[in-house]
Amino acid sequence: MSRGAGLVLGVVALGFVALLSLAVGSRSIPLSTLLDVLASRDGSDSAFVVWELRIPRTLIGIAAGAALGVAGALMQALTRNPLADPGLLGVNAGASAAAAMSISVLGLTDLRAFVWFAFAGAALAGTVLYVIAGRTGASPVRLALAGAAVSAALTGFTQAVILLDQNALDQMRFWTVGALERADLGTLTDVAPFLVVGLVLALLLARPLNVLSLGEEMGRSLGAHLGRTQLLTLIAVTLLAGAATAAVGPLVFVGLVAPHMVRVITGPDERWVVAYCAVFAPALLLLADVLGRVMAREEIDVGVVTALLGGPVFLILLRRNKAVRA
Amino acid sequence: MTLLDSAPVVQNLHPRSQARRRSLVVSLGVVAAIVVVGVIALGTGAIPVAPLDVVRTLLGNGSRITNYAVLDLRLPRALIAIAVGAALGMSGAVFQSLSRNPLGSPDIIGFNYGAATGGLLVILVVGGSPGTVSAGALMGGLATALLVYLLAWQRGVLGMRLVLTGIGVSAILQAVNFYLIVNAGVADVARATVWLTGSLNNLGWTQLWPVVIALVVLVPALLFGVRWLEMLEMGDEVAQGLGVPVEGARVYLLITGTAACAVATAAAGPIAFVALVAPQLAKRLIRSSGAGLLPAAWMGAFLVLAADFAAQRIGGALPVGVATGALGGVYLAWLLWRKS
Repeated sequence: MSRGAGLVLGVVALGFVALLSLAVGSRSIPLSTLLDVLASRDGSDSAFVVWELRIPRTLIGIAAGAALGVAGALMQALTRNPLADPGLLGVNAGASAAAAMSISVLGLTDLRAFVWFAFAGAALAGTVLYVIAGRTGASPVRLALAGAAVSAALTGFTQAVILLDQNALDQMRFWTVGALERADLGTLTDVAPFLVVGLVLALLLARPLNVLSLGEEMGRSLGAHLGRTQLLTLIAVTLLAGAATAAVGPLVFVGLVAPHMVRVITGPDERWVVAYCAVFAPALLLLADVLGRVMAREEIDVGVVTALLGGPVFLILLRRNKAVRA
Repeated sequence: MTLLDSAPVVQNLHPRSQARRRSLVVSLGVVAAIVVVGVIALGTGAIPVAPLDVVRTLLGNGSRITNYAVLDLRLPRALIAIAVGAALGMSGAVFQSLSRNPLGSPDIIGFNYGAATGGLLVILVVGGSPGTVSAGALMGGLATALLVYLLAWQRGVLGMRLVLTGIGVSAILQAVNFYLIVNAGVADVARATVWLTGSLNNLGWTQLWPVVIALVVLVPALLFGVRWLEMLEMGDEVAQGLGVPVEGARVYLLITGTAACAVATAAAGPIAFVALVAPQLAKRLIRSSGAGLLPAAWMGAFLVLAADFAAQRIGGALPVGVATGALGGVYLAWLLWRKS
């Protein structure tokens, strides 16, 4: 299968999962009704559910999935580490802790205001991680450990903030595990500009990252700017993971699993990996969200589902990883 | 370093006895600190008691009111803090030594989360008494340890793979924990969240005795395993050559180390970062590379006691886990600072 055809297939799959996400839920809507309602927005209950609840939810799922998948691909390329993921390594937890703090302490309610705190938190966590792990070339083990430590500290901090703010306990739960159900169209338009910039940056970075994957020496002799590429990649990851976390909370494993899945088709070329991740990661996230709606009587937050599905994938990757097996 | 290199003979004459002496001095110093903080903590609160009166009360010569404030209200809490901290410190020392990594503590590799899952299941599903919550936490911690060990098994278990597998499993367990909380009533959620952060609030004599009994069993068991730990640190092959049954020793240490962590979690909830920080601080004070089980235990006891005092009196009845979490943040920042 050519890589172009695979990408088209991915778009089709994403469209299919998106339809599924519009139809499935506590109130199931048959396909024919769904198509009718989509064509003409009548005043029926189904129209309300689809247009007011499920379309925003699906769109924000697509946006967040693309952002996290691409952020994961970038982090894996930058650190040359197969276990990198913005969720697992604490970047999302940093964004979440900063956002929760700004909401609780400063009383911010507007996403356009606290998204900046999310960026700051993501950037800080990313930088801390980068320094603790000793820049590029750190072993997968060292990086994952440093990430887990950063993540644990930040999650503890978020929990403390929540505890101090008992009234907001229910609302703040969102900042410890990701969910799509709170999303509305306003959320999407608020974070969209950041996501677009991040995605464009990611596509532009794909080629320099390809060159760097040959090694720093080789990359330099081929004219790559090591420092600039690293800095821009960190900025792209911050924008993508920060905006996604501000919108849907800290999701783990989406950024880990998607790049590994798509590399089976694309091979190591980052240009294709980034493009594929932008399509397949949202499909994965929506699928997890749909599963969460049907798995139990009560709806399960998508963050729980991604962890339950992604955790085992992480364990399998571990068993295959030569650096860990040695 | 140059000083050490230029005088190797003197340094190596009695390295073991010297390390022992340092370890003893540090332990005594930390115990003294525990006593000081303990007396201050016992005297502080709604009924203030002067330090000398605290000592008098402890020796059995208190008035009715100081007896009530010190012996009935505050002493059990302080003793639980000390016991829990000691258990966490020892558990951390064992795991850091097993994984040969300063970050490889039970908090980070997920046994705490497993204990939390067990405790939560009991709180939310069965709705049990404190005793059954502790039993649930104990079972959860041990089951997680077993699961992580089996998943990491690949013709033997490597310290590193054990840690990473723990990270993966803990991510899954965190999701499970959140799911459990989400599907609970509001009253249960508040109670569970406080427990999850690690808290010594409302603990009395009845909660102290199970911890003490568990430690009476566990401390000798852990001390018995330390000689293997020191040899395992030199590498599996060396340890094998010295006659250590490598996998058996690891399983033994894993079980006893997890049991220590689970006992602490069962008593007070998963108190973050003590197991991570205490052994490191102790090690640095002693300047040794060994596991240093007892110094780590004293250091853990001191940290939990001091953190609980700070969280309770300065932070306004916050759970102790909030203070130890901040402590963990400082430790990470220090790691960062040392690197750059």
